[in-house]
Amino acid sequence: MKIAIASGKGGTGKTFVSTNLFQIFQSSGHHTLLVDCDVECPNSLIFFKLKKISDTLVMEYRPKIDLDKCNYCGRCSDYCEYNAIFCIPELEQIRLLSNLCHGCEACAVACKQNAIKDSKTEIGKISFFTDSYNHIFIEGRMKEGKISSVPVIKSTIKEASFLSYDYMILDSSPGTSCPFIQTATRADYIIIVTEPTPFGLSDLQQAVETLDTLNKNYGVIINRAGLGNADVYDYLNKNHIPILAEIPFSKEIAHLYSEGKLAVSYIDDVNELFKGIYNNIIDNGSSIY
Amino acid sequence: MKVAITSTGNTPESKLDSRFGRCSYFVIYDTDTKEMEFVINPNKEANEGAGPASVKLIASYKVEKAISGEFGFKIKSLMNEINIQMIIIQEEKTIKEIVDMLKN
Repeated sequence: MKIAIASGKGGTGKTFVSTNLFQIFQSSGHHTLLVDCDVECPNSLIFFKLKKISDTLVMEYRPKIDLDKCNYCGRCSDYCEYNAIFCIPELEQIRLLSNLCHGCEACAVACKQNAIKDSKTEIGKISFFTDSYNHIFIEGRMKEGKISSVPVIKSTIKEASFLSYDYMILDSSPGTSCPFIQTATRADYIIIVTEPTPFGLSDLQQAVETLDTLNKNYGVIINRAGLGNADVYDYLNKNHIPILAEIPFSKEIAHLYSEGKLAVSYIDDVNELFKGIYNNIIDNGSSIY
Repeated sequence: MKVAITSTGNTPESKLDSRFGRCSYFVIYDTDTKEMEFVINPNKEANEGAGPASVKLIASYKVEKAISGEFGFKIKSLMNEINIQMIIIQEEKTIKEIVDMLKN
């Protein structure tokens, strides 16, 4: 079972939930993988003492234009949905704008002159790590200066899926756009982490609407409970969305987190909360309610 | 010489559009014949790359200058390469006022 930890709003505690939930799952004897899909800023693995096993590069197609064969007809440029080929037939000018290219290869199909050659560019990297208990940790990371994170997220989850596991915990990117959707569509269940503030509510609503269109099952963890107001609770109750846990707004939790420590290993109440979520998942699978 | 001016509408009374790639119309003004042509910008709602696509569009009219409120970073090098001079006007002006400036 794949469980994605997502949020609309950034900084609500996705990584906090991912790492602590992983700890509970693996200490309960399940073969669990922690996969950091927040490829723009991966940081789940800093909470564990790890050794790198290997790296896999994520490559993406880029057209290479052979100027000896090109007749500047502009077909490739017309085919490109992203305006990534700048071609002015009148001036016999053609140039690839690599940062706009999504690697779809439509230009190669369009070209009648056989002037477009296949080439690849590195857009990211998937790294595999292990700890002293032989658990596997996987991290996707975009290459600096590259624009699109989606293919890196896709490849990261694909590579992770080749391994054997009982549970896979996917730490998603924030937001509700493509990176979030890439992670959520590949998960059996989504845990949305929010906070009881107006920002938290606004972004939670967007996440819920997005997941509804994807037909996904989800539940909500309210982090920093005690902060803000009751609007998030009203919204969840009105829409019959399950609250999986409430994590209190606590200086002690924040302190441990800032030291790179897992709260479940230090605070009994937090351990109980995460055990509750764990039991719920074990008992109900993806139909938690 | 032809000049491209970004416009919010399709009349000489329309205001200069402050965006280049996603402007509503391009005015192609010919300083020799004094003729003005309004071209709807098909790239206004483009997902990505509206700037480069708009450079391509105005280049097909063989303009030598482009006037707008601003030019994005993706297109400055393209404009230089194909020798289209970029002119930035930041005050609110109508197309007619800009054309009058070009006449003088």
